[in-house]
Amino acid sequence: MQKNLLLGAEAIAQGAIDGGISGVYAYPGTPSTEITEYIQVNPEALRRGIHRTWSVNEKTAYEAALGMSYAGKKSLVCMKHVGLNVAADPFMNSCVTGVNGGLVLAVADDPSMHSSQNEQDSRFYGKFGMVPVLEPSNQQEAYDMTYEGLELSEKLKLPVVLRITTRLAHSRSGVVSRPLKEENQLLLPANPKQFLLLPAFARRYYQNLLSKQEEIVRLSEQSPWNRLLPGTDSALGIICCGLTYNYLMENFRESHCPYSVLKITQYPLPASLVRNLEASCEEILVLEEGFPLVEEQLASFFGKGTPVWGRLNGKLPRAGELNPDHVARALGKSVHEGFPVPSLVAGRPPALCQGCGHQDLYFALNEAIESIGHGRVFSDIGCYTLGALQPYDSIDTCVDMGASVTMAKGAADAGIQPAFAVIGDSTFTHSGITGLLDCVIEKSNVNVIVLDNEAVAMTGGQDSSARGRIEDICAGVGVSEDHIRVVVPLKKNHAQMVSVIRQEMEYQGVSVIIARRPCLQKLAREKREKARQGE
Amino acid sequence: MKTDIILAGVGGQGILSIAAIVGAAALGKGWNLKQAETHGMSQRGGAVMSHLRISDQPISSDLIPLGGADVILSVEPMESLRYLPWLSSGGWLVTNSTVFDNIPNYPDINAITEEILKLPHAVLLDADTIARDLGNARGSNMVMLGAAAPFLGLEREEITGAIGMIFRRKGEEIVRANIAAFDAGYAHSSNRAAR
Repeated sequence: MQKNLLLGAEAIAQGAIDGGISGVYAYPGTPSTEITEYIQVNPEALRRGIHRTWSVNEKTAYEAALGMSYAGKKSLVCMKHVGLNVAADPFMNSCVTGVNGGLVLAVADDPSMHSSQNEQDSRFYGKFGMVPVLEPSNQQEAYDMTYEGLELSEKLKLPVVLRITTRLAHSRSGVVSRPLKEENQLLLPANPKQFLLLPAFARRYYQNLLSKQEEIVRLSEQSPWNRLLPGTDSALGIICCGLTYNYLMENFRESHCPYSVLKITQYPLPASLVRNLEASCEEILVLEEGFPLVEEQLASFFGKGTPVWGRLNGKLPRAGELNPDHVARALGKSVHEGFPVPSLVAGRPPALCQGCGHQDLYFALNEAIESIGHGRVFSDIGCYTLGALQPYDSIDTCVDMGASVTMAKGAADAGIQPAFAVIGDSTFTHSGITGLLDCVIEKSNVNVIVLDNEAVAMTGGQDSSARGRIEDICAGVGVSEDHIRVVVPLKKNHAQMVSVIRQEMEYQGVSVIIARRPCLQKLAREKREKARQGE
Repeated sequence: MKTDIILAGVGGQGILSIAAIVGAAALGKGWNLKQAETHGMSQRGGAVMSHLRISDQPISSDLIPLGGADVILSVEPMESLRYLPWLSSGGWLVTNSTVFDNIPNYPDINAITEEILKLPHAVLLDADTIARDLGNARGSNMVMLGAAAPFLGLEREEITGAIGMIFRRKGEEIVRANIAAFDAGYAHSSNRAAR
């Protein structure tokens, strides 16, 4: 059979296309970005006209996907783990409304925080919303589970969460496709008030969600994805969630695993399988990527004190991504490191590109505020967060999307005046506009600097929703046009930038300085793209 | 038969193009493949690595266990040393000697060279100069792939075939130049491998 070499993220995309989605909705975020990018250039997606434009943020993405589901069509919505915090409101409530057309939420967690602010575990959202969670262990399952997840969603009339982690999202392997399904026809919900969560309705729908719980546990127990593989040694039983199964098997390449293994890739926990495992062994080791979700549930599951080992009691590290070596150590196997790293090897953190406009703005900002001192530059999430490092040392905070503007406002309220907010163009439209309105309403002494490189640069230069709109947005929100300034961040404009920043610093109110120069990476990519099309 | 490879470099140096060629060669002979990449923030000039595993047997983990890599292939000398705990006792370290210096505290290159040559199986070559001398300044990664090729468990023709496939769109001339760069690297280390 024809195998295509796909990233785990791409396997999800192909599974969704073949599963008959009519739209993908997403905001870029590592490690989920490649799902949508794959659909954006896939010939079948283009032929069908599948919706594939980036959304302004994860909340708008989720709501649009839900709207597509309302209309009876199948949709995929993708985000990184912290994006689901932004979309948590529609997600949680969509668990109560349920869906009409199938809806799969693909959410990519980032244990070890390779490119993130935390390593929260999205399986908790699935448990919180009381809907099924699928956690593929490899690229083929990522494909199959997306394909079947859309069916499962339509069958249960609930959103289905597909949870992956960085390692699977960004690892390639061969994937076999299934037959391409038709898209759904337009079909309004059978109950025209299904999506109406007035309290009287919401109470009924919530009861309905509760009444489905037995069935979704039963589906987990009967799922072909959840398998109990009996062993010969009863000293230990092992629960493997998602891709940790591979790390276990890596440790038995030349021999058979003697222990019973329960491979879990569909939640809620398949209770009967867990009981069967427990009955066949003396102790249980839980291997799971992320937080100890299963381990915590099992700690009080059996009532007869079967020891449960995992991340909570030192068998495995409490934080960070797992690997085959962690699993080897947990099994009491020795790990043979090759050669030590010589002490001369220096760290090589990521850095702003040579010639990036952010550098020029930061040098100007440093000079402009030198006299008023440190600790007043609130920033945000993007390439420009690297401005916290040497040689810039220009920004003081990075918390969540849009927090630069609102934290600057709160700090200004407290007396840090003037306060600065440094935010990228795409982050500004993602979550900065509402905070700016807060500032305008109270005439806060906040200087917002929008680093406008006309791209979502950190994730690979996707189109920014802000492109060509920032001045109008700021004026529309109510920023005085005299205090919407545009500068071009180039070395030769240094003195002018310093002067503009100083002028706006003097102004007792809201000002916005837009530092606009296109992302060099995006320019280079567009040039390559043009050259390719010219061939 | 399996080969576990750590590819190392700096974000932007294009180690994934090497991975794509090895992957295509492995798939071409019906082998399995898993290849874990670094995306995201590190691609902005930070240290990047890829775990590339090819085998005629099914592959479990996307990550290579410590002490399990048959080859470390690095396009930058200091980066070649960062992943030594993964190198197996009989494994080969193959690295470019051309420094990519984008940090203020880059160590003395002579000390780096000394560390590399301490290893039992190391190939150190100036792929940038070799590529430039061939009139293909952008071909240093192909020189490096050639230098690692004798240790990958793949035939020369399987890899050159994959180079042809990957660069076909860019035309005959580019394919030929890249295969010439590959061969120059191959010649550099094939006598080492024979020892």
